[in-house]
Amino acid sequence: MFKPQTFIPLSILLTWLGLAISSTWLSLHPNDISLPHLLQSPSAIAWLGYDDLGRSLLDRLILGARTSFLVATGVISVSLTVGTVIGMSSGWLGGTMDLIIVRIMDIFLAFPSILLAIALSGLLGPGIENVVFALSIIGWVGFARLARAQTLSLKRREHVIAAIALGAKVPRILFRHVLPLLVAPLVVEATFGIAGIVIAEAGLSFLGLGVQPPTASWGSMIRDGTRYMLVAPHIVLAPGLALMLVVLSVNLLGDRLRDWLDVKGKQE
Amino acid sequence: MLTFILTRLFSMVTVVIGIITLVFLLIHLVPGDPVQVMLGETATVVAQDELRHSLGLDQPLHTQWWHYFTNLLQGNLGTSLHSKEPIAEKIGKPLWETAKLAIAGLFLAILIALPLGSLAALRKDTVWDSGAMLFSLLGISIPHFWLGPLLILLFSLQLKWLPVSGNEEWSSIILPAITLGTALASILARMVRATLLEVLNEDYIRTARAKGLRESAVIIHHALRNASLPIITILGLQLGALLGGAVITETVFAWPGIGQLTVESIQNRDYPVVQACVLLISLTYVIINTFTDILYAWLDPRVHYRV
Repeated sequence: MFKPQTFIPLSILLTWLGLAISSTWLSLHPNDISLPHLLQSPSAIAWLGYDDLGRSLLDRLILGARTSFLVATGVISVSLTVGTVIGMSSGWLGGTMDLIIVRIMDIFLAFPSILLAIALSGLLGPGIENVVFALSIIGWVGFARLARAQTLSLKRREHVIAAIALGAKVPRILFRHVLPLLVAPLVVEATFGIAGIVIAEAGLSFLGLGVQPPTASWGSMIRDGTRYMLVAPHIVLAPGLALMLVVLSVNLLGDRLRDWLDVKGKQE
Repeated sequence: MLTFILTRLFSMVTVVIGIITLVFLLIHLVPGDPVQVMLGETATVVAQDELRHSLGLDQPLHTQWWHYFTNLLQGNLGTSLHSKEPIAEKIGKPLWETAKLAIAGLFLAILIALPLGSLAALRKDTVWDSGAMLFSLLGISIPHFWLGPLLILLFSLQLKWLPVSGNEEWSSIILPAITLGTALASILARMVRATLLEVLNEDYIRTARAKGLRESAVIIHHALRNASLPIITILGLQLGALLGGAVITETVFAWPGIGQLTVESIQNRDYPVVQACVLLISLTYVIINTFTDILYAWLDPRVHYRV
């Protein structure tokens, strides 16, 4: 369990999580403007230096961690719930209903997802709720597809047929006999999903369509930093590195998780 | 084969109608009155009514949809609120610029992924393999809007080899193409490695080796050719990510393509242009995907016999 391939990404993610949660209680001054420190490089006092308004980059980085964490949690919970409910019902009911839902999913999948998110949050206007909404609209499809496919095959399993024969009601069958077997693949999908959502949130904020200033987001920090690359490259380097480390860790852990849950792979 | 093509085309048509409907509905998602948002708070009631009428927003929803749909069939994408030009004329040049960038990114991705993935598969479990897979992991994890600035920082500001942004010289396309192609190259390299590893265990590879072919001929003519099918599928599927990534990449490099036009139009609240851009990019993606499917079936007869 504690190989370096697991340990390093796990500790990066736990740091991200810890900072995101504890940011409320830390004494941070992400919006304090201090003109003498304008664009100052990292030093012993300010580990990451200051940005173009003389704000502490470390404080903003931590607040940015909170933003990305909030968005990721929001989007995952909304799209996981909506996607699973729609996917399970579609797979269980079958027939015309299933056909219609599959067509709708096809249409959503036909959009390049980030493009739809950009258009949606552009039209809805900026703000963290709208980012969550826009990303959930594109996020539910993946879960729905997975839940539907799994439900379709689980429907014919002996234990489900036995439950039907015993006269169990449909909600009970779905919750007690189908859902528990869906959890593993959905969790893997959700883990990989976090990486995409963190990048998408930062991307929207980079375009100025995500969270609004003065709220810190890694994406908007990168955008601010691109204007001062010649004089103060640390402004663009710090948030980008943080973003990449989180995404890299999620991808690495997702791989491990998939291997671990994949019973077939283990037997070979 | 004909049945297969017809089925695919039919399902493409339904998806296209769905896309048009969704894009049409986008403007109704604008919170409050879209006309007021587009014109600003200072606009007079007369001006608002005029715009509402010219956009057809005073009509019932299904009439609006029908108008939007029939206009599209005639190639009428509407008029830009900002420049007052017909969108169909305005959008041609950016579309071409984006196509150039996307094709450059695609070529670059293939150019990197094929040798890298093959190397990783042939030297499985060596330093080469882990190096290639590390590159691919980094490439998937690095976002366009950070890779872009990093490349500018290194190649334009420090080394001064390439222009920072814009599209004045031929060399302007290099950095955006690298930015766009890296993620695709990474995914593709993994795919090449995985399929090649599968193919290399096949009997015909052993036969090819046994009859004394050079290793390079075995790899290029026998292994890679058979591995090409899943790779084509991934290419088609990843094109959506490529086109979506183009929006951000174009913003980073001020590349005058359709992505930059989308973002600009969002900032100008020029919603008809936003709709047109989203529609055109998505339609391109759907059409290319359908043709990838058909190409796949044509290359591999097993696919359409099964249908």
